[in-house]
Amino acid sequence: MTHAISRRDVLRGTGALVLAFSLSRHAFALTETGASETPLRGLPGSLDSTPLLDAWIRIEPNGNATVFTGKAELGQGIRTALMQVAAEELKLPIARLTLITADTGRTPNEGYTAASHSVQDSGTALRNAAAQVREILIGEAARRVGASASELSARDGVVIGPGGFHFGYGDLVSEQLLHVDAQPTSILTDPRDFTVMDRPVPRVDIPAKVTGGAAYVQDMRLPGMVHGRIVRPPSYGARLAALDAGPVETMPGVLKVVRDGAFLGVIAEKEWTAIQAMRRLAALARWDETAELPDEARLPDALMALPSRDTTILDVGQPVAPSYAVDGLFSRPYLAHGSIGPSCAIARMEGDALTVWTHTQGVYPLRNALATLLAMPQDKVRCIHAEGAGCYGQNGADDVGADAALLARAVPGRPVRVQWMREQEHAWEPFGPGMVAHLRAALGPDGSIAAWQHDVWSQSHMMRPGPPGTLLAARDIADPFPPAPPVDLPMPEGGGDRNAVPLYVLPNARAVNHFLPEMPLRGSSMRSLGGYLNIFAIESTMDDLAGLSGQDPVDFRLHHLADERARTVVTEAAERFGWKSRPKAPAGSGYGFAFARYKNLEAYCAIALEIAIDQDTGRTVIQRAVAAVDTGQVVNPDGVRNQIEGGIVQATSWTLFESVRFDRRRITSIDWASYPILRFAHVPRHIEVHIVGRPGLPFLGAGEAAQGPTGAAIANAVRDVTGRRLRTLPLDAATVRAAMTASSLPTHSPS
Amino acid sequence: MITFTVNGTQRSVTSDPDTPLLYVLRDELALNGAKFGCGLGQCGACTVLVDGEALFSCITPVMLLEGRSIRTVEGLGTVDEPGPLQAAFIAEQAAQCGYCIAGMMMRAQELLERIPDPDDDDILAALEPQLCRCGTHMRVIRAVKRAAQALAQAQALAQASEGAR
Ligand code: FES
Ligand code: FES
Repeated sequence: MTHAISRRDVLRGTGALVLAFSLSRHAFALTETGASETPLRGLPGSLDSTPLLDAWIRIEPNGNATVFTGKAELGQGIRTALMQVAAEELKLPIARLTLITADTGRTPNEGYTAASHSVQDSGTALRNAAAQVREILIGEAARRVGASASELSARDGVVIGPGGFHFGYGDLVSEQLLHVDAQPTSILTDPRDFTVMDRPVPRVDIPAKVTGGAAYVQDMRLPGMVHGRIVRPPSYGARLAALDAGPVETMPGVLKVVRDGAFLGVIAEKEWTAIQAMRRLAALARWDETAELPDEARLPDALMALPSRDTTILDVGQPVAPSYAVDGLFSRPYLAHGSIGPSCAIARMEGDALTVWTHTQGVYPLRNALATLLAMPQDKVRCIHAEGAGCYGQNGADDVGADAALLARAVPGRPVRVQWMREQEHAWEPFGPGMVAHLRAALGPDGSIAAWQHDVWSQSHMMRPGPPGTLLAARDIADPFPPAPPVDLPMPEGGGDRNAVPLYVLPNARAVNHFLPEMPLRGSSMRSLGGYLNIFAIESTMDDLAGLSGQDPVDFRLHHLADERARTVVTEAAERFGWKSRPKAPAGSGYGFAFARYKNLEAYCAIALEIAIDQDTGRTVIQRAVAAVDTGQVVNPDGVRNQIEGGIVQATSWTLFESVRFDRRRITSIDWASYPILRFAHVPRHIEVHIVGRPGLPFLGAGEAAQGPTGAAIANAVRDVTGRRLRTLPLDAATVRAAMTASSLPTHSPS
Repeated sequence: MITFTVNGTQRSVTSDPDTPLLYVLRDELALNGAKFGCGLGQCGACTVLVDGEALFSCITPVMLLEGRSIRTVEGLGTVDEPGPLQAAFIAEQAAQCGYCIAGMMMRAQELLERIPDPDDDDILAALEPQLCRCGTHMRVIRAVKRAAQALAQAQALAQASEGAR
């Protein structure tokens, strides 16, 4: 049992480390991308941690470029955007670029592809690296002809100079030329001269996706590949009490049943055989269940009753008022990422080396977790990103990577493909946490906000690997790893308290983050983290305050906004929508407006929309949504539109339909029938996205900008229709119908 | 052995007769278009056409398909020569992750064969069985309309040249 001993040693080490991390919110300066908060070298973007230029860009002898990024395509279009950035500064046609994405064997370590940071981190690094590579090539050409670099320029992969001489990039580059550290500053292309950036370049990945090309890890077929499936326990923490796997082991086509404590898997030659064997095995297993889940019907109370670690994240003036004009408790249920393709990974153990093809958001952190889990040296584990279905945060990607690795160890030399079943993805993914926010606000005699208090309760939104205990399998094996300590992501980006500090100018305000170290349901990062609920709460309250003081909601917001870019998107959305001149809505219809700057650091987004509620069913449909967004320097305007449209539709689904269901022991929403999401019948009838261009300003992430404002704008529109402020998400048909009925009673008069 | 045509080519498969068509397409015939999404007939990621009718391949045992004609997204065109529907999806950039898209397209293909000039309600109703989590719906709707227009134009051209002959 040398394996177990050495693993326990490793464990002791990480265990101690991890404890120290969890002591204080700031002792562990972990960000959502896993990057260090303090710059190391003062270089732009991720160059700061990976300064060598040829770690990012290599020029091939034929003059083409291979470009490396530690970020991954998650369906957000990052592959195309990063190629645009590199092509623009390299002065090389995009078709002559090959982009290698997250791979621990080849690319820089850029932590997690998360938090709308990719263009900011990797795009900034690549833009600067590409510009510096271009200047080095120009310098080399100048050296060769004895000219001054200022007389030379680069275009289409060629350095040209006076008298018509020219060098292809391939002729200029030599082994060591680009093996140098980046400089702090670069000669960047003036946005007015862009030919590739700020253009709607078609996505390079879409043609394969619409023609049945091999586009996803799910589509990979490696030589000798076999199929694995996992039997997961019926509830959190259940232990396997009894199992006679004999009948499954003898099924034709089954290669192996793998059992390690409560970790249970099958390996078969064919996928369908693996599924049948998994079902048979599941039926044979007897479990001891111990989970105690909160009462779903009283989730907000249950959350607020948990022990909390409180941090005051905003405290100015006199936030306490003798009485409050608005005082409301907002809550959201646990939400599922709900990837359409259940998580999948392929792992192959060859000799003492493991390779895992995975759609994880962080190949390096997963690599490290798997190495610890399997007691292998890190340099013997390679994680290669391959696309999966959209994940919107941490879905089962990392877990299934560990599942595949454990099965691969049982059949050395053969790649094992494991895909989760739908019910496994729904029951076992780390949900977007259930949350509560308590808002209180008072108005002054001048109609301004005189006092403001925001309290928010949430468990961790950051339970990604690193620590192996973040992985389901590592908790299930006979000698399990300890649960990973809960990470409270610090401000300014925040976790549960993300966007809990309003961008509005409030002379008297306090915000307190009540971080819940306990995790009643498994949870981790899901798009916008706490931002969705905090913005929902703030923007609902802003509307109520506007109404109480007899002011227009847009004017009221502008009255409290000093940030010029914020004012611009609010004004732009209102004007494009025709907010001021909006006609009186017909019965059952109404308008809503909301605004936020994601994290108070990323994209600005304002949304105006009109909804129609079916009086009989309470069914709500957005008739028209108009968004204005400022994402700083735009790389791909169509990409930004696609992200904002998608964000609006997805958040409409969260807001109108979704909640993870559970009884006191098990998750009970385990498919699309028990966890309904928006279908076409409820799709917004019209969405417009207006981009406020900011040429030359830093990139700001767009993928999570629309979710908060969408939820709030819908709630404000529901209030406009029904006169009722709904604070408990989701605003599903039954809830909205009840609000309609309640509102029609007192005002109803026969006409 | 079960024999049917896939995208116009006759294929004989040896998978167990009760194997859902999805696994035969993916595992035995190495086609990527039909995706596993739920295996329950709830999401449409696995949608293919059988004799022109869209169905969930994840819950259709292959034994029912003897002699039938199956069409997957691979049968609509290729990367180099995309068919009208594929061209429309590319033109509208109607994908984010794209995992749902092949199923969407097969459902849309069925619609266009049934109703060549669908209105919004036709499109919404036809696509109701298909889920997308990325929120690409708006673009999918635009792509289906664009494909319908392209097909109508192509037909008009064909008729014109027919008439001129
Ligand atoms: S995979 Fe067939 S309907 Fe979902
Ligand atoms: S594009 Fe990702 S699920 Fe539809």
